[in-house]
Amino acid sequence: MAQWLNWLKRWAISLWMVPVLAWGAGPAVPIDKAPVTNDPVRLQHGAKLFVNYCLNCHAASMMRYNKLMELGLSEEQIKENLLFTGEKVGDLMTIAMRPTDAKKWFGATPPDLTLIARQKETLSYSGADWLYTYLRTFYRDESRPTGWNNVVFENVGMPHVLWELQGIQAAEITTDNHGSKHVRLTLVQPGLMSPVEYDRAVADLVSFLQWMGEPVAEKRKTIGIWVMLYLAVFFILTYLLKKAYWKDVH
Amino acid sequence: MTQKTGLLQWIDERFPWTSTIEAHLTRYYAPKNLNFWYFFGSLALLVFVIQIVTGIFLAMNYKPDGTLNAAGVPVAFASVEYIMREVPGGWFIRYMHSTGASAFFIVVYLHMFRGLLYGSYRKPRELIWIIGVLIFLCLMAEAFMGYLLPWGQMSYWGAQVIINLVSAIPVVGPDLAVFVRGDYVISDATLNRFFALHVVAIPLVLLMLIAAHIIALHEVGSNNPDGIEIKKKKDASGKPLDGIPFHPYYTVKDMVGVAGFFIIFFAIVFFAPEFGGYFLEANNFIPADPLKTPPHIAPVWYFTPFYSILRAVTYPLFGIDAKFWGVVAMFAAVLIIAFLPWLDRSPVKSIRYKGPIYKVALTLFVIAFLVLGYLGMLEPTPLRTLVAQICSVIYFAFFLLMPWYSKIDPCQPEPERVTWK
Amino acid sequence: MDESRRQLLIATTAVGTAGAVALAVPFVASFAPSERAKAAGAPVEADISKLPPGEMMVVEWRGKPVWILHRTPEMLATLEKIRDKLADPDSEKSEQPPYAKNIHRSIKPEYLIVEGICTHLGCSPTAKFQPGEASGLGAEWLGGYLCPCHGTLFDLAGRVFKNMPAPANLPVPPHKYLSETKILIGEDKA
Repeated sequence: MAQWLNWLKRWAISLWMVPVLAWGAGPAVPIDKAPVTNDPVRLQHGAKLFVNYCLNCHAASMMRYNKLMELGLSEEQIKENLLFTGEKVGDLMTIAMRPTDAKKWFGATPPDLTLIARQKETLSYSGADWLYTYLRTFYRDESRPTGWNNVVFENVGMPHVLWELQGIQAAEITTDNHGSKHVRLTLVQPGLMSPVEYDRAVADLVSFLQWMGEPVAEKRKTIGIWVMLYLAVFFILTYLLKKAYWKDVH
Repeated sequence: MTQKTGLLQWIDERFPWTSTIEAHLTRYYAPKNLNFWYFFGSLALLVFVIQIVTGIFLAMNYKPDGTLNAAGVPVAFASVEYIMREVPGGWFIRYMHSTGASAFFIVVYLHMFRGLLYGSYRKPRELIWIIGVLIFLCLMAEAFMGYLLPWGQMSYWGAQVIINLVSAIPVVGPDLAVFVRGDYVISDATLNRFFALHVVAIPLVLLMLIAAHIIALHEVGSNNPDGIEIKKKKDASGKPLDGIPFHPYYTVKDMVGVAGFFIIFFAIVFFAPEFGGYFLEANNFIPADPLKTPPHIAPVWYFTPFYSILRAVTYPLFGIDAKFWGVVAMFAAVLIIAFLPWLDRSPVKSIRYKGPIYKVALTLFVIAFLVLGYLGMLEPTPLRTLVAQICSVIYFAFFLLMPWYSKIDPCQPEPERVTWK
Repeated sequence: MDESRRQLLIATTAVGTAGAVALAVPFVASFAPSERAKAAGAPVEADISKLPPGEMMVVEWRGKPVWILHRTPEMLATLEKIRDKLADPDSEKSEQPPYAKNIHRSIKPEYLIVEGICTHLGCSPTAKFQPGEASGLGAEWLGGYLCPCHGTLFDLAGRVFKNMPAPANLPVPPHKYLSETKILIGEDKA
């Protein structure tokens, strides 16, 4: 069913978009397809990574902790593993840092991440794809104040907060005959995770971010299927009724 | 049954209930040959009702407040996400409203195209047509103001660009733009007045115009795909020979249209509410930031044909810069539609009996309109601007040359009675 | 009207009505408390370790004042004496969890936990713990509460006196003891 939906969505979009894709220039950097998962256990892992690594500087101020119960976490688990002291399960995922301070320290306010996956969506790749590529393409760059740079987000203000897990990558930047830049990344210092483990962890985190962007998304599609079945019946009935009435119009 | 009749009689002595029902439904005779294109009038009314009802429920939780909350997110933006995440059923109501906005324009564009096909604007329906153009103008204002309310980046910068068009008016322009915004930039003041206009003022005007549109239609009667007047051929009792009572025949037929429309409408609501970024843009999930313009701003798809015409004007004229003439061209492109009843000099109404010139002209017009709409979504390049200029010329030529080409177009004779089966 | 048409009309009307009802569900549901309201209405914890006998503290739960009164043995002794003057001494017609349906209307006799909202029209009564003439409520007054809006009197278990505007005793919210000194108000399940 999901496949059928994807097909329908793709078809609807391509109907509108074929010429645009042909005209518009593609992204400068190839964006990897994120292996997004619906597995609650992996989403819970993503939530934990999010709280541990992102929620210090970024808020998710439109998201409540107790919404995580939809991922199968119990209230106790949320309290024990995810809440900071003094917070309640019904609280929003806000941070103690004031936006004005953040701006002073980072030069820009770290954006609220509630909707990040929806913000990054384009016609050629999903928000999850972009985030998946972004979080895996940080590299060492001493010319930057943070010491880090990123392939898909050039001169990004954020340091590589997951570097302990991934290790340190170095970049080899070349310019080809057409003047376009190519970046090749190599792992110069391994992290706590192997590259395969790290990719999987990022996939969990990104899947969580996508889920958080619209927690109702899966339920919405399930209801939609029932609505479509209902409307098909209703359409047939109205059609037959119309036929029955119109048979005496000559 | 007698009880009911008694009540009905009691009402009828005090209020024209039965006669109103008869005049507009059971004894309103519509041509029996109305086809697919005639679904879109009743569908437009349906979408209007959807927008009103969902809008009322959204207004119960939406807050038109541009200030930042404790987490640094604008209150208006956060209140939309509050509806989406925290209000029971809120996401469904919001997606219906956002999909309804685009659906309204799709349905109305098809409804207008029907008019071009069958000459529905011709005598005696000039006033219906003019009221219709006014409805279209109100709809554009309604959509434009509603689009600011989510207070995302596209809301903010879209409104910024469009309101700045006002400043193109010579002498008073810049002051007028400040006056419209109530501030030097788009701000909380702008948001509040747009909210008031979007939820109260324009819907009221729309409601009255729609009522006038239908009353005028029922006075002269519906046109039909043959473009002939069914009232010319009546039976002894004064009922048109080719007419059938609107109720029950067209009520049951329109139900089929409603069911078909709902299948498409709810498929979008449930499976693709962003519709690939055309109905809900990714940038509009970013809260409005007055200090940072998104790299690419384009209006929502339904405005892009007219936006393209605006951008296509690149020459200053009479010492006034091109920006002003672009605005003039954009408004002229809408208003010129109202003059169709007097531009069309063809002896027949319907495209079925019009000659090849009109068929070619209408095809070119539709292509030009679609290309303009498409170009309006893209950033301009010299080539695209040239294409937009050509299409703008075709757009206006369709109207301005019509008095000439409709007269010389070799037409076929209209039939005496409507074509049926 | 012929038979097939009649049947189709009935079927379409039935299916259409069912659809309209289903469509109305999310709209009606949107009137229910949102996640934010539910979060704000979540159970609250109260620490009673610093509440001396004879005094009362107020905590806010779902936007309502909830009173916690630490009753002295003298105060508890009044509850039996005024039985005849009360409208509903055994709380038969009043709102409370089963574990508070007793003479002292509480889990532990010394601690009274009630919603401080008059059952008449929703004002919040004021404390009148001082017995006798000094209370301004006559020499026979043994201590209780007075609602300033329409003069309803309640005793030290939140029970309403006879012939008062308020129809029932003050409601006892669901609550439980998390420890000797911590009470959770708003939830009583283990």
